[in-house]
Amino acid sequence: MALLDTHKEDIERHLAKYPDKHSAVMPLLAMAQEEYGYVTQDAIGEIAGILDLDVTHIKGLIGFYTMLYDRPKGKYLLQICTDLPCALRGAEALSEHLCRKLGIQPGETTPDGLFTIENVKCVAACDCAPVMQVNGHYHENLDEEKLNKLLEDLRREAEVSEPAHYD
Amino acid sequence: MFEPVLTRNIHRPYSEKITTYLEHGGYNAVRKAFAGTPEEIIDMVKRSGLRGRGGAGFPAGTKWGFMPKDQDIPKIVAVNTDEGEPGTFKDREIVERDPHQIIEGVIIAAYAIGAGRAYVYIRGEFFLGVKRWIKAIADAYEHGFLGKNILGSGMNLDMSVHRGAGAYICGEETAMLESLEGKRGNPRLKPPYPAQVGLFGLPTLVHNIETLACIPHIIERGPEWFAGIGTEESKGPKIFSVSGHVNRPGNYELPLGISLREIIDEHAGGVRDGKRLKAVIPGGASTPILPANRVDVPMAFETLNAAGSQLGTGAVIVMDETTCMVEIARRLAKFFAHESCGRCTPCRIGSVRLYELLDRIEHGKGKPGDIETILETANGIDGLTFCPMGAALANPARSAIEHFREEFEFHIEHKGCLVKAVYSS
Ligand SMILES: Cc1cc2nc3c(=O)[nH]c(=O)nc-3n(C[C@H](O)[C@H](O)[C@H](O)COP(=O)(O)O)c2cc1C
Repeated sequence: MALLDTHKEDIERHLAKYPDKHSAVMPLLAMAQEEYGYVTQDAIGEIAGILDLDVTHIKGLIGFYTMLYDRPKGKYLLQICTDLPCALRGAEALSEHLCRKLGIQPGETTPDGLFTIENVKCVAACDCAPVMQVNGHYHENLDEEKLNKLLEDLRREAEVSEPAHYD
Repeated sequence: MFEPVLTRNIHRPYSEKITTYLEHGGYNAVRKAFAGTPEEIIDMVKRSGLRGRGGAGFPAGTKWGFMPKDQDIPKIVAVNTDEGEPGTFKDREIVERDPHQIIEGVIIAAYAIGAGRAYVYIRGEFFLGVKRWIKAIADAYEHGFLGKNILGSGMNLDMSVHRGAGAYICGEETAMLESLEGKRGNPRLKPPYPAQVGLFGLPTLVHNIETLACIPHIIERGPEWFAGIGTEESKGPKIFSVSGHVNRPGNYELPLGISLREIIDEHAGGVRDGKRLKAVIPGGASTPILPANRVDVPMAFETLNAAGSQLGTGAVIVMDETTCMVEIARRLAKFFAHESCGRCTPCRIGSVRLYELLDRIEHGKGKPGDIETILETANGIDGLTFCPMGAALANPARSAIEHFREEFEFHIEHKGCLVKAVYSS
């Protein structure tokens, strides 16, 4: 299924926002990613066609913007902040704990496809450090115990339903 | 007695809703502004002394005055909600909890400069913020505060949200405009400034949202009220985001000019675990580190410059006596090396070199001469880049070495940490 089949109205709404349709590339990429979990080759081709853009330009954007992915990631994207304010409150040790628990390194996905860990840049919640976003949802004032419980909850949730996507 | 205004609504239930905003006097400032001429509004903003809250501190009224007066040229307001400077978390709170305050500021700004279009650029990571922005804009349309012939004034204004996708540099105003045009966020060479050539080649007024949130209050209470708060060169209320080793991290709205020590000790509850203060970053990750003996400084643009740092975004990162300053410099360098857009060489290569040097010193592999190389590298970046990120990435390492050089020397000579050596003995 192409985006034009499933999201025609949304695409038109985005195009109408800008005097130059090239501006709609970011919303369309976000749309593709929400629909397919990542920006697929087909979606890149389709968006290039709709907006009259080069495929290489779009691939350049995916390379530049860290939230755009050109390959699948885990069902749960665990994005733990390790910038200074979080680091001052134990984020580094927490990130190591998370990696040990799941047996993977930042940037990797568990073999069952459930979890991807990323060390991300400041997400503007430094008053609740250390912080992690899970599929866009904030988990604050974390410690090892809370993290363990969160992982258990997510595993249980994944057994019964599709993960909630983005707050 | 100082009375918070920017954050006065955020603790009310359903503070994000337009009904809550209206119940507490919301959108009255728009009506008041429409009763005056655009020139009068610009003059009020000039007299208020308001300076940008996004980091650079440029006088807002002056920027409005730079916008071309020709009514036939379409103009744009671009709203900067990209907040990515480590330590800064004020904009997210305002957007999530009181978005109408910003919309009201945007309407007044658009009226004053004659803009018919506003774009909100928001960090992709702010999922709730995006939702709140979209809902607030839709409700403002429904109540006739956006769209055609706003409140019968004849003014038209359309507004929509553009989500970023993960890139700190897109907070820099010209990179933000590039990103809005569907490109990579590479800063543009200035001049021309956005007020002349901005989004889609049109004159564009770019503001941080805290700056815009000040506007309705300036209109309602008058520029003299605003200018009565603060110091000689830094006027009005400011939200200070306090993080790190304090008892009560959080956002505190206080008058500009308040002492840094008072923010830390009184408002944020002092250094936690009874430890002693060692150093503070007063204005977000890109501003120079101050040692503890310099915290009796008023939080204002001019006074922090004199103290060897900057007000920046007003994000106060507090570090206690157990903090290794080599590690602090290393971690900040890592952020900037990751976030360099890669367009100009001093930043692209220099940021990585700085990080490599600091990383090897931190891990006991530093060599004699490394400190000098760091300083040379930092000086070879600052002032030689397209955008101010060059200065930003030179600041942490340079200031850490300036104030805590012995820690760097110890790391190189003893292949270990001075602070750890002291605290584990
Ligand atoms: C590297 C870099 C990142 C920036 N990030 C932001 C940001 O996230 N939010 C913001 O409002 N301003 C940011 N700025 C400042 C903007 O370039 C610009 O000065 C500001 O948006 C103007 O609005 P103001 O006058 O209301 O402060 C950044 C600047 C630089 C150099």
